This record gives sequence, structure tokens and C-alpha cells, in this order.
Amino acid sequence: MIETLFTPLQSLAGGVLIGLAAVLLMATMGRVMGATGVLAGLLQPLSRSDLGWRAAVLLGMVSGPIGFTLVTGSMPAVQVPHSTPMLVIGGFLVGIGVTFGAGCTSGHGVCGIARLSPRSITATLTFMLTAGVTVYLIGRGMGT
Amino acid sequence: MRLITCYIIGLVFGLGISLSGMANPAKVLNFFDVAGSWDPSLAFVMAGALIVTFVGYRLVLKRHAPLLAADFQLPKRRDLDLSLIGGATVFGVGWGIAGFCPGGALPALGTGNSDVVVFVAALVAGILAAKRVQSGWRKRAGMPA
Repeated sequence: MIETLFTPLQSLAGGVLIGLAAVLLMATMGRVMGATGVLAGLLQPLSRSDLGWRAAVLLGMVSGPIGFTLVTGSMPAVQVPHSTPMLVIGGFLVGIGVTFGAGCTSGHGVCGIARLSPRSITATLTFMLTAGVTVYLIGRGMGT
Repeated sequence: MRLITCYIIGLVFGLGISLSGMANPAKVLNFFDVAGSWDPSLAFVMAGALIVTFVGYRLVLKRHAPLLAADFQLPKRRDLDLSLIGGATVFGVGWGIAGFCPGGALPALGTGNSDVVVFVAALVAGILAAKRVQSGWRKRAGMPA
């Protein structure tokens, strides 16, 4: 696998910003900050105003790396260790999983755990475990 | 006002994802690759986010209503079911294959990287396919789709 640097302070600070966004969305819109929820709601919006706030959040998210580049002078790294077919299979499975599982790392892993939701705690433990097993099996399969 | 606020909130989230390394599949996969090129950074992302939301949610939810909406819309279900656990299982497998989760991939679209576009297209296809299946189930159970 591609080696990456251990960045505890940057990652902690990034996490604080993610948490801050979640708290601000709850304080203003009364909504959980889940990437799955924002995206899925955009695909099947309930009303015009529902579409509007979701599109605004998504546009803000996409502006994140651009803002990051303006501040630091370089784009955040995106290194994909696997082939395109694996990205397609992985993406499709993630889409199915987050729809039936009603959330992902942001919705369950951050917002749900912060509310001590038993569903979110169970979902997070489950997907962390299966992601770990999958990475282990792929690593063994590739002989690394 | 609502749209500008939501844009700024999305931007803060996207900056956080960019700074944390969650937009980088190699870094995310290395968190799970304990036996190989292990990088525990992801645990620090979760810790930072959880400290802020744990305290922040408690302060915010003491209020009667949010500032720009009529009421708080919190998920109310507390029961565990097969859909939740099966879905989380499949999500984890897909995450372990691709290294992107939705929260990492959506902001990563802003880097213009073509792999991210491929992943998000497949993600949207997966969400739409699953929603079709779900509405089919609901119809069979006699509920509105």
C-alpha cells in the first residue's frame, strides 16, 4: 500500500472543523450533518427549500479543497491505491450500504455517536470492522 | 441567509476533510492496514470531531428550536434491525475496497481528481439502486413508496 505520513495534529484539527460544521448545522437548520443524508436528499428532494439547503452544503463541501489550497498553497492529496474497476465496485457497494444502513462515517460515526444513538454506535462498529477485514483480505490477496 | 449559512457550513466541513486527510483514500486505507503501512491519523479525526459534537450538540439541543428552521429533526429510531446492520456491513466492505466514504469523497470532488468523479458516480448509482429496492419492498408491504 502507498505509505502516508502520520499527522496527528492536522487530523485532530481537521476533525475539530468537521465537528464544528456538524454543530453549526444542528444549531441553524436542526439537521444531522451526514454526507449520505445530504446527497441522498438531493437525489430525491422533498421540496424546493429542501433541495436548496442541501445543494448549498454540497457546494460548500466541494469548495473545501479550493479554500484549503488558497490557505496552504497546495491541494489536499488524493492518492488512490486501487484500479478504476475497484473504485466502481467500491462506490456502488458504499451507495447500497449507506442507503440501507441509513448513514455513513459522518452521520453515524460522528453525529450519531455524539447523540449516543444505539443504532449509530452499532453501525459504526460494524462498518469499521468490515472495512478492516476487507483491507486485510485485499492486502493478503495482493501479497503485501 | 439560510443558503449562505449552509454554504459556509459545507465549506467548514470540506476544509476539515481536506486538512484531516479523509479525502485521501491511501490515508484512510492505511488506518485499517494495521499489519502493513499503518497510519493511525483517522482516529485523531474521529476524536477531534467527537469532542466538538459531544459538547456542542448538548449546548445546541438545550434550545427550543434551531435558529433558521422550525424544529430539530433528529433520527428517533433506537431499535437495531437487519437493514441497519446489513447496510453497515456492505458499506464497510465498499469503503475497504475504495478507500472513500461519502463524507470524504464529496469534498474531494473539489480537487478535480477524475478518480473521485468515478467513485461518486458509482456511489450515486448504488444509492439510486438501493432506493428502488427499498420502495419496491414498501409497495409490497402495502406502504406508500
